[in-house]
Amino acid sequence: MINENRKENTEAEIKYTAKDFASSQDVRWCPGCGDYAILAAMQRIAPELGIKREKMVWVSGIGCSSRFPYYMETFGMHSIHGRAPAIATGVKINNPDLSVWVASGDGDLLSIGGNHFIHACRRNIDIKILLFNNKIYGLTKGQYSPTSERGKKTKSTPYGSVDFPFNPLTLGIGAGATFVARSLDRDPKHLQSIIKRAAIHKGTSLIEIYQNCNIFNDGAFELYTEKETKADNIIILEHGKPMVFGKNMDKGIVLEGLTPKVVRIDEGKYSINDLWVHDEFDKSPAGANLLAEFQEIEGFPHPIGVIREINKTTYNEEFHSQINKVKMQKGEGDLKKLLNSGNMWTVN
Amino acid sequence: MKVEKEILELSDVTVRFAGDSGDGMQLTGMQFTNTTALVGNDLSTLPDYPAEIRAPIGTTYGVSGYQLHFSSSDIQTPGDSPDVLVAMNPAALKVNIKDLKHNAYIIININAFDARNLKLAGYETNPLEDGSLEGYNIIQVPLSKQTSMALEDSGLSAKEIARCKNFFALGMMYWLYSRPYEPTMKWIKDKFKDAPLIASANEKALMAGYYFGENTELFTTRYQVEAAKLPKGVYRNISGNEALAIGFVTASVKSGLPLFLGSYPITPASDILHELSKHKNFGVRTFQAEDEIAAITASIGAAFTGALAITTTSGPGVALKTEAIGLAVMTELPIIIIDVQRGGPSTGLPTKTEQSDLQQAINGRNGEAPVVVIAPSTPAECFNMALEAARLATKYMVPVLYLSDGYIANGSEPWLIPNPDDIPEIKVKFRNEKEGFAPYLRDENLSRPWAIPGTAGLEHRLGGLEKANITGNVSYDPENHEFMVRLRAQKVKNIEKDIPELEVTGDNDANLLVIGWGGTFGSITEAVARVRNSGKKVAQAHLRYLNPFPRNTGEVLKRYKHIICPELNMGQLARFLKAEYLVDIDSFTKIQGLPFKSSEIETKIENALKGL
Repeated sequence: MINENRKENTEAEIKYTAKDFASSQDVRWCPGCGDYAILAAMQRIAPELGIKREKMVWVSGIGCSSRFPYYMETFGMHSIHGRAPAIATGVKINNPDLSVWVASGDGDLLSIGGNHFIHACRRNIDIKILLFNNKIYGLTKGQYSPTSERGKKTKSTPYGSVDFPFNPLTLGIGAGATFVARSLDRDPKHLQSIIKRAAIHKGTSLIEIYQNCNIFNDGAFELYTEKETKADNIIILEHGKPMVFGKNMDKGIVLEGLTPKVVRIDEGKYSINDLWVHDEFDKSPAGANLLAEFQEIEGFPHPIGVIREINKTTYNEEFHSQINKVKMQKGEGDLKKLLNSGNMWTVN
Repeated sequence: MKVEKEILELSDVTVRFAGDSGDGMQLTGMQFTNTTALVGNDLSTLPDYPAEIRAPIGTTYGVSGYQLHFSSSDIQTPGDSPDVLVAMNPAALKVNIKDLKHNAYIIININAFDARNLKLAGYETNPLEDGSLEGYNIIQVPLSKQTSMALEDSGLSAKEIARCKNFFALGMMYWLYSRPYEPTMKWIKDKFKDAPLIASANEKALMAGYYFGENTELFTTRYQVEAAKLPKGVYRNISGNEALAIGFVTASVKSGLPLFLGSYPITPASDILHELSKHKNFGVRTFQAEDEIAAITASIGAAFTGALAITTTSGPGVALKTEAIGLAVMTELPIIIIDVQRGGPSTGLPTKTEQSDLQQAINGRNGEAPVVVIAPSTPAECFNMALEAARLATKYMVPVLYLSDGYIANGSEPWLIPNPDDIPEIKVKFRNEKEGFAPYLRDENLSRPWAIPGTAGLEHRLGGLEKANITGNVSYDPENHEFMVRLRAQKVKNIEKDIPELEVTGDNDANLLVIGWGGTFGSITEAVARVRNSGKKVAQAHLRYLNPFPRNTGEVLKRYKHIICPELNMGQLARFLKAEYLVDIDSFTKIQGLPFKSSEIETKIENALKGL
């Protein structure tokens, strides 16, 4: 697909606008789908990332969210179900200068593509993964997904699902992703700021985005995205800041040993000074894991923001530095030498 | 007292080394092969080993064998039946005796023929005593005992000493066939440079074996096989997997594209991954993926960004890669899928050869998904076909399926080393011009432009959904779909103009044609030669291109009254030929995980000729 009206894109000065990242294709998601907001956030923040359009590559698998690359005026591939992280890995290894992004859904990334996802994290290949989590299979019209809550009644589970769901954040942390964050389709500013952080980060980045599917799972994240309920049900994480939440900012999280606890800070027993202070860069994964598991505990707010960011050498860097090292040691490959090796003899 | 021994000149010998899978028989065979290559004999090898790494000691299912055919003239196969068997234990004897020539020599390690080992091998009586070996020339060598005597001062444990007995056997065979031991001495020094005790023990065992041959009265004759009269030049012994690997390195240099290999370990293809991983100084990018699917999809990602992208596997891996091959068909990206075929279905016979993936290669995808299918016919030809795969994939922007097999992948033969300067460049052009660009533009070959990320102004999206021609926009239009399906098929079909015609060798005026493909070439060629030597007329043709077929294939087939098609499957090529050209084919098949013996094909031809 090509955009007939693309602007000149010179090396000297590139001043993009959001429009420059919009392809000529008509967007074909259902009206009201959360995907629109994510696409808009991406296109809006893209000019600020300092990445040339031709150096950005979007790879996706199958599902509603995987149509994403068609709408970005960059290089892209809408591939096959679940394989986006593996294709993106090949793209990044072969050309580490590219900024490589994956758009994927909960079914695509965590079910059929689960293996590629965890191994991308394990290697710390420098790709950015946007997980559009709507807790449902949308494109196949409404079956439960690996993030659907237990007991979920869907077309394929008329009596309720008996599966336990995946928690994408603990999965990402456990598999070794070096940037793990969560954001909301309904909070474009926050989402943009998180995307920007991921763009700067070197290594496998996972952004879980709570995304509403208004057709098959409408309101799945209502509690966390709607004005009336949001404040009491999410906690916006900020590095170096105590964990406060609630409509009146009157609640907080304290750590008692390894056990987090929701407390009130307006009743005298606890003050803001007693609260757990968020450290995004904590080398130990313990805190990040506790945070990621808040959602499993009754009465705890869902953390939103950067859960964890650590520095670790990337697969692509190691991969190419090893090649360079071998070249230094052995010298550039010489075909004559290669062919003329092993046990040779001459016939006269 | 030194025994004066007669030296007998032979033209052609087939030797098989057999023992437990932990006895080092593959290593012994390979050393004997390398030395034989240095002597200048023509040769062909057949390693045959179990899928288990170390099966229980002494059992028949743990027997590992290595067969080598060497000669003073041109040979095509590892030999139908060994002239000599070296059997390290009763199980090795039991498994291999049925393959031997009538009056073959059997050199046995007598020390291993005790009650326990005989029982483990399933012998109720000792074959050395019950007359069952009558007709064979049995040479009983106290191999284990001689080895431990030679190494009693080595400082090694009894167990370690026992493991040196393969070198004793090797030394003895070097003496028997008048081969130099120096190349193996050099190899031992290099291989065990960090373990001087082991190195010196192996050297001692090798020499002890050599002198044992010279001094023992068990051998009264020594043999010699003159160097073969091969065309002039520098040679090396090469296996199919090695030839394939360095073939792709060469293709990378000749095309100027970085070589990217996405691979998941699988028998019998892993050696290609091992070999290519060594050549990082050529900028080779080897990626050991988490699974077969990641291996090919990472390659597709690499192809998208301008690599010479390949993936190596065997039949079960191709099954897993099937959907991704379809994606490469749809996105029209040049990737090469190498299938080193083994016995199937399912896990099948991992270490044994078969040609049963031809249908999978040609048709095994959802939808109409044509790919180019090629197959080398000998170990050394794996080199040339790698260059050919790279040329076709990049010129036509199309996936190429490369069908090797376990037999030629592990087998080896002398290879006349080409001068790399004589190998033509593989011309590849990335699209740079923005003006008039569209991702599915077509050139005279119906190929679309290769426009790689990083090229300003050429931003575009590929994908598995049907695309409109030229623009590459997603299209559900019925007419466009039919147009694109036919276009992709036509693109592959057109390649017949760009590949050599099918060549016929043998007798022009024969009534009978033998047509094969892939690794059966050697057996067929030898069989045809034998029948022709007896004064009968036979023609031979061998397909290296399976999709599309060479443009004259139909015309060739129609010239003959009778066509025999030998295959290591249930007649897959025969079915394709019948369907495509409406000719009758006499399908001749074998599905035992083993290559054809030339004699089997010879008999088939003889019988067919009688009916003509």
